[in-house]
Amino acid sequence: MTGVSGFHEDEVLGKAYDARLLGRLLHYLKPYRAAVVLGVVLLLTSTFLTLSIPYLVKEAIDTGIARGDAGRLRLLMGWVVIVLLTDFGVRYAQTYLVQWMGQQAVFDLRQEVFAHLQKLSLSFYDKNPVGRLLTRVTSDVSVLGELFSSGVVAIFGDLFTLVGIVVYMLYLDVKLSLITFIVLPLLIYATMIFRKKARESYRQVRRGIARINAYLSEHIGGMTVVKLFGQEARSQVRFEGLSAELRDAHLKSVLYHAVFFPVVEILGAVSLALIIWYGGAGVLAGVLTFGTIAAFVQYVDRFYQPIRDLAEKYNVLQSAMASSERIFKLLDTRPEFESPANAGKVENVKGEIRFENVWFAYRPEEWVLKDVSFTIKPGEKVAIVGATGAGKTSLVGLLTRFYGYQKGSIYVDGVELKQMDVQALRRHIGLVLQDVFLFSGDISYNIRLGSDSISDERMKEAARRVNLEPFIQRLPGRYRAVVEERGATFSVGQKQLLSFARALAFDPKILILDEATSSVDTETELLIRDALEKLMAGRTAIVIAHRLSTVEKSDRILVLHKGEVREAGTHAELLAKKGIYHRLYLLQYKNVLPSAKIPAA
Amino acid sequence: MDGFARLKEYLSKHRKTLFAGFLAVLLTNFFTLLPPWFVKLAVDKIEAGTTARQLLVYGFWIVFTTLVQGYFRYRMRQTLIVASRRVEYELRSDYFAKLVRLPKSFYNHFKTGEIISRANADLEAVRNMIGPGIMQAANTILALMGSFAFMLALNPKLSLLTLVPIPFLSVAVFHLGRSIHRKFTRIQEQYALLSSKVQENLSGVRVVRAYVQEENEIHSFEKISRELVGRTLSLVKAQALFYPVLYFLAGASLLLVVWVGGREVMAGEMTLGGLLAFLLYLLNLTWPAIALGWVVGLYQQGKASLARLEEVFSAEEEPVGSAGTVQPESRQGEIEFRDLSFGYGADNHLVLKNINLTIPAGQTVALVGRTGAGKSTLVSLIPKLFPVKEDRLFVDGTDVTHHPTGLLRRQIGFVPQEPFLFSATIAENLAFGLVSVDTEKVARFSRLAGLENDVTDFPSGYQTVVGERGITLSGGQKQRATLARALATDPKILILDDAFSSVDTDTEEKILSGLRQLWKGRTVILISHRVSTVKDADLIAVLEAGEIVERGTHAELLARGGYYAELYEKQLLEEELERI
Repeated sequence: MTGVSGFHEDEVLGKAYDARLLGRLLHYLKPYRAAVVLGVVLLLTSTFLTLSIPYLVKEAIDTGIARGDAGRLRLLMGWVVIVLLTDFGVRYAQTYLVQWMGQQAVFDLRQEVFAHLQKLSLSFYDKNPVGRLLTRVTSDVSVLGELFSSGVVAIFGDLFTLVGIVVYMLYLDVKLSLITFIVLPLLIYATMIFRKKARESYRQVRRGIARINAYLSEHIGGMTVVKLFGQEARSQVRFEGLSAELRDAHLKSVLYHAVFFPVVEILGAVSLALIIWYGGAGVLAGVLTFGTIAAFVQYVDRFYQPIRDLAEKYNVLQSAMASSERIFKLLDTRPEFESPANAGKVENVKGEIRFENVWFAYRPEEWVLKDVSFTIKPGEKVAIVGATGAGKTSLVGLLTRFYGYQKGSIYVDGVELKQMDVQALRRHIGLVLQDVFLFSGDISYNIRLGSDSISDERMKEAARRVNLEPFIQRLPGRYRAVVEERGATFSVGQKQLLSFARALAFDPKILILDEATSSVDTETELLIRDALEKLMAGRTAIVIAHRLSTVEKSDRILVLHKGEVREAGTHAELLAKKGIYHRLYLLQYKNVLPSAKIPAA
Repeated sequence: MDGFARLKEYLSKHRKTLFAGFLAVLLTNFFTLLPPWFVKLAVDKIEAGTTARQLLVYGFWIVFTTLVQGYFRYRMRQTLIVASRRVEYELRSDYFAKLVRLPKSFYNHFKTGEIISRANADLEAVRNMIGPGIMQAANTILALMGSFAFMLALNPKLSLLTLVPIPFLSVAVFHLGRSIHRKFTRIQEQYALLSSKVQENLSGVRVVRAYVQEENEIHSFEKISRELVGRTLSLVKAQALFYPVLYFLAGASLLLVVWVGGREVMAGEMTLGGLLAFLLYLLNLTWPAIALGWVVGLYQQGKASLARLEEVFSAEEEPVGSAGTVQPESRQGEIEFRDLSFGYGADNHLVLKNINLTIPAGQTVALVGRTGAGKSTLVSLIPKLFPVKEDRLFVDGTDVTHHPTGLLRRQIGFVPQEPFLFSATIAENLAFGLVSVDTEKVARFSRLAGLENDVTDFPSGYQTVVGERGITLSGGQKQRATLARALATDPKILILDDAFSSVDTDTEEKILSGLRQLWKGRTVILISHRVSTVKDADLIAVLEAGEIVERGTHAELLARGGYYAELYEKQLLEEELERI
């Protein structure tokens, strides 16, 4: 582990608007075109209705109250009731519709990202930690949901409201409108300055948070070192420095807000004063009515809220752009290799495996396997042995097509792997890994996974054959017993037997087994040995062997050393040779300590 | 503990600012109430007949009072919000100060991500509670009271009528809030399920691929994801009511005012200006009423976050040991374990059992044994990384529990198994235990640790920042850097926990021969899997399942033919294999 954490400052400095990204995002709304159109119509309707109330109030004052016409007042108030009720329905429908649409788009996107992850190569997984990929599927997608369902709509809603107010005011009285709007350029100017300043301080805040996060994550990881060297005070001082930077960035942002909001209020007051002065004079001159003044006062009051909102929406946009950039980058990553389109069917596999001059490297020119050639006959049981780092796991990774090889060819039943459909190939291979991976779900799910083609009978038969059944019988719910937290309640041996049952249930022609190194008690050891034998019967088997019994019983042993096949033969032959295998045998299979604790009877 | 007592202490440090803030809120609200009154006066004047000039005076007063109001609104943020940011800073600094005082065991219980999110998300939620939360609460209460007082003065009957929708509003907000909370919890649960599904799928990628389960995985993910959409939309159904209800109720109040007020104007019981002013006060009320729900939300989140922060703040700290009980001149480096047993958890599982080991000052002792035998645990007890019972472990004849922790650690040079470097320059890393970066010292110990040639190969040499711009140190380089870092503090006791595992044998040989000179007069504890590393030690102890099963010199242990002898044999085999 390094002390350097993965927080990148530039991640937080993205743009708020990027036409290319936005275009690609809109693409996800395409299936919901009708909903989008309906949503906009409803939004427009709701804006119109909301803004018609001050107009109705004006009419009520001018034609009802001012003229003492109670009937007229009642009629107009009746209209207000109708408008309020309609607006209630429209607003509700619009909110729900837009959220529905956003959720559908998010669902589609999430599904696409998840499905895409199922296609990416293992080499991609090696480079990207699980946590990072998890964020793409969860929070990054959620941020976009926010954008779809509230951000965009709120922005349009605000714009519609602004335009609507201007239209209503102009309709009521052009001159008074123009006078009222004298302050508008000032307002726009103030908002622009505020937006620019707020953006700067927002960036500083984001940067400050990223730095603090990085520092925290690093120092929590290295807390022991800090303590051992007695550097608590110094690291505290540094942290306070970063914390103060963040505080100052925040304080700047507070200042901008503290100035901006009063400025908006004051400009609003100027508008109000202008309405009273100019509008009042108009009433005195008989060219304007009280109702118009009342309507204007209400419209001006409603004008400022959307402006404030718009200035705040910037942050939502910015984080949405950053998330979409990360998601699209993931979606644009191609798998290392793909199955050929014209891949032939792989049926009736006999299980012959041939490696021909295979070279493989994870990183360019750092060869892990060098010129490896060998043939395994159908039904043959081959053990692969070698020191740590000899290339055993890599060899298995090539055969399962987890990784692509750079040079040479691998054939299964005479067909080159590169010409095969990867999934079709894997259907014929059973893989048992050293660390047994258990899924959350019950026992039966962990044996047959999601394959419905495996019947209950076959699943139970598999468990029985690998000596797992007695153990399952003891569990409450038996095959329905829930596997908790990656199988924390199972012993190492039980987990191994379970993974054997899984392989057996899938009935593969080729079995690849990476034997676990951890030791188990004698009883379980015997059960495992017995299960292994049954598992391998009638299949081509490649075993990365850690058990003496396994190597002894295999038809042939391949000795991998520094990426090359250096020796091959049976256990007896190779021992007699006194070469690499002999030394490996002494190193790995011979019991080292008398205390290699086999419990005393 | 809910943390409010702690928060109060922080707030009381800023009580002057907070007081000024509340005053600003009060004045802001007072001056907000004046413009509608001027509107009323103006409109009444218009009805009675007046001049444009007279109206201009009212216009002036409207603008002037708003200017004054604007100033106090500005002050309001500059006091209350600024204070909340300052409290946030103080809390965050103290949070880190707490972190460095917490024992290692704390970090085994709390995940890094959790600790960080408390310093961010939770701290921010607390900040929102004491900043915008307090400000809006004060604002809302004053605005409601102020506007209502003015409305009462204008027309008591009408004022009471506007109150009619308020009970409905409260009931609606209460029920909606409860239902939203319930639905929100259900979403969170489903979201957690979705996360763990993805986590599991990604971690188990090899099994998924090998058993061709991609389609099934996509399908089961789809089900979870679909359910999440369903639950979210169920929340939306409730939440989507919120604003429509609010708008409707605000509209209903307006309706009542115009209708009833209009009839009063017609009856001559109220002026048109009065009605207009009444409308303006009503508009003033709308936002605070909306903010009320928001403030309640801020308080609830803040309260929950404060409790989470308090969990860390109230966690038990590492014991500091008694101050100054050990005289500096008595520090020689003698270590003694007396029948020491140790376990991490409360489950009575002992990692170390009945360890008796005396290491005279100036001697070199090696520990060998399998992974998990307890070697690292044993050495980590010396600098008190984990608490030891009394009378079990002595350094220079004094029980470690009585040693001041800081002083004890400063005389120990510890090279941990996992080489950890900070993202600072190499020089800063090597001088980590020194008061300042001493270039000469850094270079000297870097040479001793066999790191010098590597560093001079970097373009920026000792000024190279670890981990930046693609310059990553190899495992071996990191180990040598941590070795140099430990040597630079001139420790009496040097502990090397498998410090050469990533360094090749030849380099290790060179480093060791350079170090032998330095080791004179220091106590050295070596943990290693390599016989070549430990063979010259004064004493070699073999640990097996927490017990010392063999002890002696290299020759003695070889003659004994136990684990150590086997290890030696294997080492020879490995060397042979390496040469083939």
